Amino acid sequence: MFWAQRMLVQRRRWLRPEEFADLLALCQFLPGPNVVNLATVLGEGYRGLPGAAAALAGLLLLPMLIVTAIASLYARFGGLALVHGVFSGVAASAAGLALALAGHVARPAVRQRPGTSVSVMAAAFVAVGLLRWPVAWTLLALAPLSIALAWRRTA
Amino acid sequence: MTAAGTLAALARVFAGVSLLGFGGINTVLPEIHREAVEAARWITDRQFADLYALSQAEPGPNSFIATLIGFQAAGVAGAVVSTMAICLPPAALAYLVARVWGRIRGSRWRAAIQAGLTPVMVGLITASALILIRAADHSAAAFAVTAGTAVLAYATNINPLWAFAVAGLLGLAGVF
Repeated sequence: MFWAQRMLVQRRRWLRPEEFADLLALCQFLPGPNVVNLATVLGEGYRGLPGAAAALAGLLLLPMLIVTAIASLYARFGGLALVHGVFSGVAASAAGLALALAGHVARPAVRQRPGTSVSVMAAAFVAVGLLRWPVAWTLLALAPLSIALAWRRTA
Repeated sequence: MTAAGTLAALARVFAGVSLLGFGGINTVLPEIHREAVEAARWITDRQFADLYALSQAEPGPNSFIATLIGFQAAGVAGAVVSTMAICLPPAALAYLVARVWGRIRGSRWRAAIQAGLTPVMVGLITASALILIRAADHSAAAFAVTAGTAVLAYATNINPLWAFAVAGLLGLAGVF
């Protein structure tokens, strides 16, 4: 997304910064990879369905080839002791990255509404992380409640 | 399972989680773990942690963890099917919503949905982190690397790939 912003706004100047911010809000509102949503929405805006398809193809095809090549390297060499050692470190590091991401997303919500935010966060964590409930059920149970609470305070 | 059966299962799993992934792939990792590690056994717990690390370091969207798991389960065809399954349903939804975005942009319920989903997402991402820690951290040194990366990525603007590089070198030296 960092690179998308740099290319679309700064290099090519296809979008003004405020247009980009608006599109980003839409893409974060929707499920799925933000950058995939962004490409779809931009492509749709320029040329409708063919535009969206072209933007998606441009975004996905080359990385998919590269990642498939990486996957085949992993499948072949992932069992070697040296590679195994490297991954022991990198996987531990990546787990920390997920933790930091949770912190980044949590910070503004906790600042605005500490009590309800933390209760909902804790409930989702316990349900999926500790009780291992399916994500879909947890979303179905918690999202309407949390959205209703948010709706009430926007009144 | 037959080859076609595995491809169908990959498509079902990844298309199924794709529309639940508010805020990106990290909110549905627990579900992917359940399906790929516990139910279908396409990969081990350890490989799950490895492939997550790869998906954070590679050039495509983070959702390409689906590509990596798909390859482990069913080769190149598995990689392609899984990538399409995780990307196309959200893209189709984005395509439809883009056409009405102008009308819902400033509405009160849109703001409420977004504000309401955020804390749920945080809980799910933290659950993902727990699953990754369980899979990746089997020594005190590994826990220290996890904690160090978390602090670095949360509190500084340093590119976390540097933490990956240092952690990889430590691993190469046999620290874990």
